[in-house]
Order: sequence, then structure tokens, then C-alpha cells
Amino acid sequence: MSDRYSRQTLFTPIGEKGQELISRKHVLLIGAGALGTGNAEALVRAGIGKLTIVDRDYVEWSNLQRQQLYHEADAANRMPKAIAAEKRLKEINSEVNVVAHVMDVTTEEIEQLVQGVDLILDATDNFDTRLLVNDISQKYQIPWIYGACVGSYGLSYTIFPGKTPCLNCLLETVPLGGATCDTVGIISPAVQMVVAYQMTEALKILVEDEEALRNKLVSFDLWKNQHTAINVNRAKKESCKSCGSHPTYPYLSAGSHTKTAVLCGRNTVQIRPPEPKKLHLDQLAETLKKQGGEIDLNPFLLNFKMGDHRMVIFKDGRVLVHGTKDIAEAKNLYHRYMG
Amino acid sequence: MKLHINGENVEVPSSISSVTELLAHFELQDKVVIVELNHDILQKENHAQTNVSDGDRIEIVHFVGGG
Ligand SMILES: [Zn+2]
Repeated sequence: MSDRYSRQTLFTPIGEKGQELISRKHVLLIGAGALGTGNAEALVRAGIGKLTIVDRDYVEWSNLQRQQLYHEADAANRMPKAIAAEKRLKEINSEVNVVAHVMDVTTEEIEQLVQGVDLILDATDNFDTRLLVNDISQKYQIPWIYGACVGSYGLSYTIFPGKTPCLNCLLETVPLGGATCDTVGIISPAVQMVVAYQMTEALKILVEDEEALRNKLVSFDLWKNQHTAINVNRAKKESCKSCGSHPTYPYLSAGSHTKTAVLCGRNTVQIRPPEPKKLHLDQLAETLKKQGGEIDLNPFLLNFKMGDHRMVIFKDGRVLVHGTKDIAEAKNLYHRYMG
Repeated sequence: MKLHINGENVEVPSSISSVTELLAHFELQDKVVIVELNHDILQKENHAQTNVSDGDRIEIVHFVGGG
């Protein structure tokens, strides 16, 4: 065990001192999809002190091509990603304190999650959550690292409060769903490339080597053999509502998060109850069976199939309605079966 | 017209005159983008009136949501 991190400590910019720092740090990782599993595995192997991993979804067969912590049984059993990731991560490194949450991250959750956190890693698939992360990062002065990919393309940027522009400065407008709902597929090397960019910047922050940070917005297309890095310091805006001189943190105000969301490229609508619940899934399963549906149950969620519709119900009361992008139709089904 | 885009030499139709037209050529008009022209980052509101000409070095980064 003693030489577990020897190849990392032999690397001069980290060294024994850096390793000691890494072992005392807490990273919050939001999302346990492709980028999330890649970053989580790298952090845990590197000996991070504590890793909190949060995800709202469960493992499906289409995830296995690139989401490196999951295997066939996780897909067959529809394991929540956070739970499946936690199990595998603890097998990889039992010294790390891994904490998993199966939840949708909005205003209330994020305030709790960031307590005592040194760095936030973005592995989400949507800009609503990223702008929420961006605001909380500014409010508590916690750095975060944006990463995203689609097809053979990917990009990353490190947001350091007080030093760099924030995501709100760079975007100016929230990208519309249609323009970012990615339905063109993804190859795993694009994921790994973004993970490499995010993880390297993460290591620099964790060992407190801020001089070494890249300071540029980086993007690449592995299939088209393109690579670019832009210094965006000039994009920082005094008037920015997230990082400017009079911040209001617009994305932290509760109203900006709806209780329903269409999941990007998934033909799925998520519905959240007004308050998180603690459902007794086995009792609910009995009730739903009486209505003639097909039920599968695991300790974390219930899969319910009725005619052309399928719903996945989590213990906290969240429901994923599959087979529709229509919020009204999804709500209709939700109320029919969930009351 | 020859441009140097994201590290590659690219030939684009000479009918393209502005950054906005260039973005449309690459079907990036609906994306949120950051454009750097000859090492200067452009403000988004200036894309339409900023001209591109032969030999320009242009970096284009567009934001995507997937992860
Ligand atoms: Zn800002």
C-alpha cells in the first residue's frame, strides 16, 4: 500500500507534499455519466481525500460504451449511477471517502452539497445545472471546471473566482435546448480527452499550483484533427450578474428551476415532487401491479411499464417518464399513476 | 479565400465577408460561440460587422452541453 502513489509523487510538480494536499481535499463531482465516471476514477486512483458524487439517473445499456465504471449487471438491474459508481470506486481505492447521492441538483441541494468542498467538477449534460454550479462557485469562491463533449468534439474551461471570467460571462445567453441537445452520438476518446483536460487542471488546483493552470478555453475535434485554445480573460464582465461587482447569482434563485425537465436527447421527461419524498417502493409496486402494469424493483428505484409507456420512480419521488418529450403528456401519466 | 481556422488551413467561398457569415458557413449560427480573430477575442455583438479576409487566423470554440 505504501507505494500506491509512488508514480504520482515522483512527478515533481506533485511530490510528497502535493500528495499530502490531495489526500486532504474534497471534490464535488456533479454527474456520473461519461465525464463523471472518467473523472471519478482518476480522482479516486490519485488518492483524493473525499469525493462526493451526485447523479439523478440510472445505468442503461447505451451507457456502457463509454461510462467506464459500469458493467452489464448495472444496466440489467437499472442501478442508479451514483450507487453503481460508489461501489466500483470503493473497490478501486478503499482509502477514499466516497459519498454518493441519487438526486437532482437544484438550488436547495447545491447549497448543502458545497459545504467544505475545495473544487467542483462539472460532468453534467445540461446548462441549467452548469449555471447553477457557476453561481454557487462565485458565491462561495470555490473553483470549478467546465467540461463537455459531443461526437468527436469536446471543450473545457477552468473557472477560478476572482481571477477568470465565469461561465455566465462567456455564454452571455443560455444555449437553447435545441442547439445543445446532442443527438449525434459520442465516441469514447472525446470523453477521455475532456477528462484528461479536466483532471489535469483539477490536480493543479488540488496541489495548489495555481501558476500552472492553463488559463485558456480549450477545444478539440479528434476526428477532424483540430485543436484550439483561446485566452478569454477579456470576456470577463464587470456587469456580470454571477461574477461582476454586484452579483445577484441569478441561477441560485429558486424560481429558475422548474419541477419538470425534458432530458436532452433522451425522449424522457423528469418530474420532481414539490418536496423530496421517502417512498416505500415495495408498497407502491403492489398498488401499480393492481393496475395491470409490469413492475421491476431494486432497492433504489421502481420500473413500471404499462402499454406504450414506461416510468422509472425513484425513492425521493422523482419520476422519469420515458417515451415522450411532451411535458403535458408526461404530467398526465405521472398524475394518473402517482396521484 | 484561405483562412487558418483552429490550426488548419481552410478554403472558404470568397462570398463570405463577415464573421457571422463564416459561422453560418460552418453551421454554427445557432450555437453559442467564442471567436478569436488574429489573436483578438471578439465581442459577440461585433460578429456581424467584423470582416474576415484572406490569410486571417481564426479560432472558433462552440459550447456544447453533453457530458
Ligand atoms: Zn461572470
